[in-house]
Parts: sequence; C-alpha cells; structure tokens
Amino acid sequence: MSGAQIQLNEVYLVAGMALVTFVIRYALFPISGRFTFPKLLEQGLRYVPPVVLTAIIVPSVLMPNGGALNLNLNNPYLIGALAACVIGGVFKNLLLTIVMSMVVFLGAQWVFAMG
Amino acid sequence: MSSPDTSFPGKSLPWSLFFQGAKDTFPLVVGAIPFGIIFGTLGETAGLSFGATMGMSLFVFAGASQFVSLSLLASGTVWPMVVLTTFVVNLRHLLYSATMVPFYKKLNPLWKMVLAFGLTDETFAVAVRRYHQKDGVPGKHYYNLGSMVFMYLNWNLCTVIGLTAGKAFPEISRWGLDFAMPATFIGIVIPYLISKPMWASVVTAGTISILAGGLPHKMGLMLAALAGVMVGVICEKLFSGKEEKI
Repeated sequence: MSGAQIQLNEVYLVAGMALVTFVIRYALFPISGRFTFPKLLEQGLRYVPPVVLTAIIVPSVLMPNGGALNLNLNNPYLIGALAACVIGGVFKNLLLTIVMSMVVFLGAQWVFAMG
Repeated sequence: MSSPDTSFPGKSLPWSLFFQGAKDTFPLVVGAIPFGIIFGTLGETAGLSFGATMGMSLFVFAGASQFVSLSLLASGTVWPMVVLTTFVVNLRHLLYSATMVPFYKKLNPLWKMVLAFGLTDETFAVAVRRYHQKDGVPGKHYYNLGSMVFMYLNWNLCTVIGLTAGKAFPEISRWGLDFAMPATFIGIVIPYLISKPMWASVVTAGTISILAGGLPHKMGLMLAALAGVMVGVICEKLFSGKEEKI
C-alpha cells in the first residue's frame, strides 16, 4: 500500500488532521470575554472519548482483521481483550494492563497456532 | 530577548516558570513514552510512510486521534473519513480551550496559537492546576509553554524511536503489536466506567459498532459514537431526574 515515499493522499491526510485538531483547540481564543457551553453540549462532549474508543475496540476484537464475527474462545484478540478488561478493572494501571494483556494475547496466539 | 522585561520582578522568572512547568509534566511525559514508541512502530504496519507517521506527531500532536487514525488506515479507510473521525475524537479539546479562554485573554495571537497547538490532555491537566493557584504570579503562560514543549519533544522523539524500531524489525506486527492498540484503548476506557450513564453509552456504542460494521467508509463508527453519546446524555437526564424527585 505504501513505500518509503510520502504519497499525495498522506499529505492531505496529515494536513487535514492537523487542521481540524488545531481549529478545535484554537477556535475559542479569538473570542473575548468568558465562554460557557450550553449544558447539554458539555455533557455530550464528556462521553465522546470512551464512546469513540469503544466503537473502535469492539469490532477490532470481535471481527479481527476485518473478518466475520468471531465470538469463539479460539479468537486470541477476544482472549486478550477479556484479559485487559479484568486486569484494568482490578489494578487500574494503564501500563500494566497493556503489557499483561499483550502477554496473554501472544500466549493465546501461540497456543492456537500450535493447533 | 535583549530588551529588559519590566513586567517581571526578576529577569529569570519567566524561564524558571518554564522549567517548573516542564518539571511538573515529567510523570505524564514518562507515561507517554510507551505510546509514542508504539505509535511510531505501528505506522508502517498501518501502511503509512515514515514521513507521514512523523508528520502526524509533528503537526497533529494528539495521541488518541493519531492511534485511531492508524487503526482506520490499517483497515483501508479513505483519508477524508479519517480526518472526520479525528475531528470527532478531538472534540473534547473544546472543553479544554473553553476553560483556558480567561487565562489566555491578555496574550498576543502568536502566544494563543502556540499554546492552543499544544493543548493536549496532559498539558491541559498540568497547566490548568497552575492557573487556578491564586498566588498572583505573572507570566504563567511560560509555565504552560514549558509543559507543552517537554511533551512535544518527548512525543516526537518517541515516534522516531518507534519508527526506527519498526524499520529494523519489519516483522514486528507478528509480535502482537497490532493488539497493542485495542489493549491501550481498553486501558483508557475503563477509568471512565464509573457511572450508569457511562456504562449505557459505552455498551450502546459497542453494540452499534458491530451491527453497523458493514457500512461503507467506517460510517458505523460515527453512528455508534453518536448513539452512544445520545444514550449517555439521556440516561444522565433520567437518573438525575429521579434523584431530584426523591
């Protein structure tokens, strides 16, 4: 899909991402005086990060590599994700959650590859 | 720099604030190290060139949306859709800038632009705490700047390290690093799950993301996010309404 060379689409991609991110971060500063959001908007914005991340996690774990829905326990992504939920819920430590669940994922992948 | 700055009692004060800001950001910088390295490593796996991966860290400078864009690109999403998703993921920064408006009010436009560019989750958290201390110290924007410069240099250095590692070991995706992204996201989402409305919104988003998974251009993601936010806000209203009546 790509080589070492930057492609034109990648320039659009990075420029577009940079622009929308900067606009969000800067947009309110030229306005003078105090700024308060409508309460409903502020409430809604607080749900955005976990909701977007969940909508990415769930398909990538239950339909790995863009395939069909795989709810079986021979799906290493599902095993790893369940491990991440348990470890994250118990220890509440981000780094530990990532490292431990990756170990579980790799172990599951290795076991299933052995047959 | 050469003209004496009369607005500060001591000439060195702005820079001591700068270094204090950097120092106070240190724990968050350490926390960002693995993410920066993993991001750089995954760039090539997702089909991005060295320059584009580096460009994201240099010009976008928003970790969560950079990770999200990689996972979208890996599944063949077209760039306008990735830009739209970046917009949605980074919308939370509106809350940060709204908070900073009174503190940045007297700064010139260049300062505002620089500080706005660096308004990451980490620097916001550190800087807003300093701004809220009512000690009357002038020039707290130097503190803010120190925090963002430290975060920025670290994030880009880690991206380079990850990119280099990814180049040296092209088989790195076989080591399970493609699971690093869902693992990271799960770890980020869990602390949010402390209220019923939050649970309801996340479960809704997860369900819709599967049901609408077949829609073109990753529209399922947008739909899931929108439904999740709406369910969350509605549940919040329902639950708080009950409390008021009791």
